[in-house]
Amino acid sequence: MSTTGSTRRDVAVVAYSQTPFVPKAADHNEVELVMPAVHDVLERTGLDSQRIGFTVSGSNDYLMGQPFSFVSALDGVGAWPPIEESHVEMDGAWALYEAWVRLQHGDIDTALVYAFGKSSSGDLGRVLSLQLEPYTTQPLWPEPDHLAAIQARLCLEGGVVTHEQMAEVAARSNTNGFHNDAVATSTAMTAAEVAGQAMAFDPLRPSDIGPVADGAAAIVLAAGDTARDLSDRPAWISGIAHRIESHAIGTRDLTTSASTRLAAQAAGVGDPASIELAELYAPYSHQEVLLAEAIGLRASADINPSGGALAAHPLMVAGLARIGEAAERITNGDADRAVAHATAGPCLQQNLVAVLEGTAR
Amino acid sequence: MTVRTAVVGVGQTKYSSGRTDKSIPGLVREAAQRALTDAQCDWADIDAVVIGKAPDMFEGITQPELYLADALGAVGKPMMRVHTAGSVGGSTAIVAAGLVRSGVHRRVLTVAWEKQSESDAMFALAIRIPFSPPLVAGAGGYFAPHIRSYIHQSGAPDHIGIKVAVKDRLNALKNPYAHLHLTDIDEEMVRESPMLWDPIRYLETCPSSDGACAMVLAAEDVADATDSPAAWIHGTSMRSEPTMFAGRNQVLPQAGIDCAKDVYAQAGVTDPRQDLDAAEVYVPFSWFEPMWMENLGFCAEHEGWKMTDSGATALDGDMPINPSGGVLSSNPIGASGMIRFAEAAQQVRHRAGDFQVDGARRTLGHAYGGGSQFFAMWVVGADKP
Repeated sequence: MSTTGSTRRDVAVVAYSQTPFVPKAADHNEVELVMPAVHDVLERTGLDSQRIGFTVSGSNDYLMGQPFSFVSALDGVGAWPPIEESHVEMDGAWALYEAWVRLQHGDIDTALVYAFGKSSSGDLGRVLSLQLEPYTTQPLWPEPDHLAAIQARLCLEGGVVTHEQMAEVAARSNTNGFHNDAVATSTAMTAAEVAGQAMAFDPLRPSDIGPVADGAAAIVLAAGDTARDLSDRPAWISGIAHRIESHAIGTRDLTTSASTRLAAQAAGVGDPASIELAELYAPYSHQEVLLAEAIGLRASADINPSGGALAAHPLMVAGLARIGEAAERITNGDADRAVAHATAGPCLQQNLVAVLEGTAR
Repeated sequence: MTVRTAVVGVGQTKYSSGRTDKSIPGLVREAAQRALTDAQCDWADIDAVVIGKAPDMFEGITQPELYLADALGAVGKPMMRVHTAGSVGGSTAIVAAGLVRSGVHRRVLTVAWEKQSESDAMFALAIRIPFSPPLVAGAGGYFAPHIRSYIHQSGAPDHIGIKVAVKDRLNALKNPYAHLHLTDIDEEMVRESPMLWDPIRYLETCPSSDGACAMVLAAEDVADATDSPAAWIHGTSMRSEPTMFAGRNQVLPQAGIDCAKDVYAQAGVTDPRQDLDAAEVYVPFSWFEPMWMENLGFCAEHEGWKMTDSGATALDGDMPINPSGGVLSSNPIGASGMIRFAEAAQQVRHRAGDFQVDGARRTLGHAYGGGSQFFAMWVVGADKP
């Protein structure tokens, strides 16, 4: 299906920046949300938009209720003289994937990736129900929380996940998020406190559900020696792959994540013992357990030290943020090998896995 | 280093104002299946799927590609969704080509679509956001001032837009997939049609169409192993600039000039009018033909209308533009750019049927979007690059 890794060009994350993830960025439009992240990440690398080989972003018109919402975001990037630029109607993690592919061509050495989303503009549950099959499913208005609750119920009844695991995941994520200065949507809590919460969507308690957040994030990718020039310790992307599953959740085994497993294999996760750290885009606590199992993470792996999507869930941004958070910990020297994951669609329909390393191959 | 890449399969639906016989998945699958058949391959041979369409608000489904994964055989595979405004069909083809050129995949299916009969494009394009200028009555209201400015600057006579409208509809009569088959089209009919957004008359604007277009892109070894003719990709380029700023030339946008220069340099094209045998250019309003002739470097500034007037852009002219009938004859918005790229490929594959340009060896596919600010282009050839 793919060519061997040996022909690949080494590409690394050399800088990451994000806005604070807040419950409601009421006085900012999307352009104002994304500008600080873009300008900060460029400042960190000393690059400007004219020295970036390729620019690509991820966003969703439905969050702002505006067609072409990415068009005005481009104004914030400073696309003059004209730049080589593209956009995916997907989480920014897939924009990063497109940039990684573009860098493989060899004619450019840098790429700017950004993502933004202002979910607070509308009712996100209602908005995302418009993602579903439109002729027979969507008219029932199933929201992501409802579908995730069905998935969690199947996982609990199938013995794949326990209530205790879910409470532990929710408590750890929220506590990590509380200690993350860039996250303004979580508080420190214990597993016992989570278990004591009244059900939101049985069997999901409020802290089992990632709080909707507004925000933006940006990453600069660079290849080879350019990456070494721009960062003392680039986070090399040793592999990146994504896969999708059926949209008909009734036909899927919801107690596992088959597409994550395929993506992890294709990305070359390899020996699970080598993965010290993982940033997983799990907006529901039971999904973290499914993802860790599908990737093959060991119990000792540090999962979502940033707090992850259970601490703050900025739609379209959360996946790119996972890559950025994992990359920062490689660059800091906290880890030598990490996994970053992103998801999209109901009940983990589509998944992306990236492997980040402190040393180039 | 990039892998030589070719279009080895093209599939289109019949375009019409209402494909009520097909659901959205049925529509995209019709195009995709035809592309696979043309490429002499099956669903299992496809490594990845890249989908493009214009704003989700048209059909009222957000990120509809998630739901189309099944219909397009993407389950268990990588799938991406591109959205770059009107240029999206072209950008989608370029992203898909990039997956092969980079060596990541060997055979990629790319599909672009729109189902305007389940849409309300005018509504979706006219949504008023607080503190933002409204677009005013869809795309025609936005672009009419650009056209007036062009006419003012170039001194072009009124009949130029009419001539383009007739020429493209005559070409469409040779294209079985085209939406509009206006058998009695002539200049008088266009002139007498209602003025919508002065100077754009009803018959000088594009229709609202349902439809999908698909291509199979393959690496050199795969293309060499099939009997299906190949359109080799000689160059691809995308350029973007901001919508509004003081001094911006909206009639002759710099991003379009830069994009054309880039793709010509990659393809070794030094004199585009001489070196290219035909072009499929995104012309949603008739007057954009002369405007884009200048932007693409086929002639000097303010001279584009003379190309149209002289018949140079007709099917039997020296620089045939939109032999397929173009956007003026079929406009499933999100697919319209990909149709340009696909029809450019069909010309060099000698698969263009009754609108084949004799001996076409190298052609251009062009798409633009937003406020004339997003550009996507490719040059394809019968010979390997």
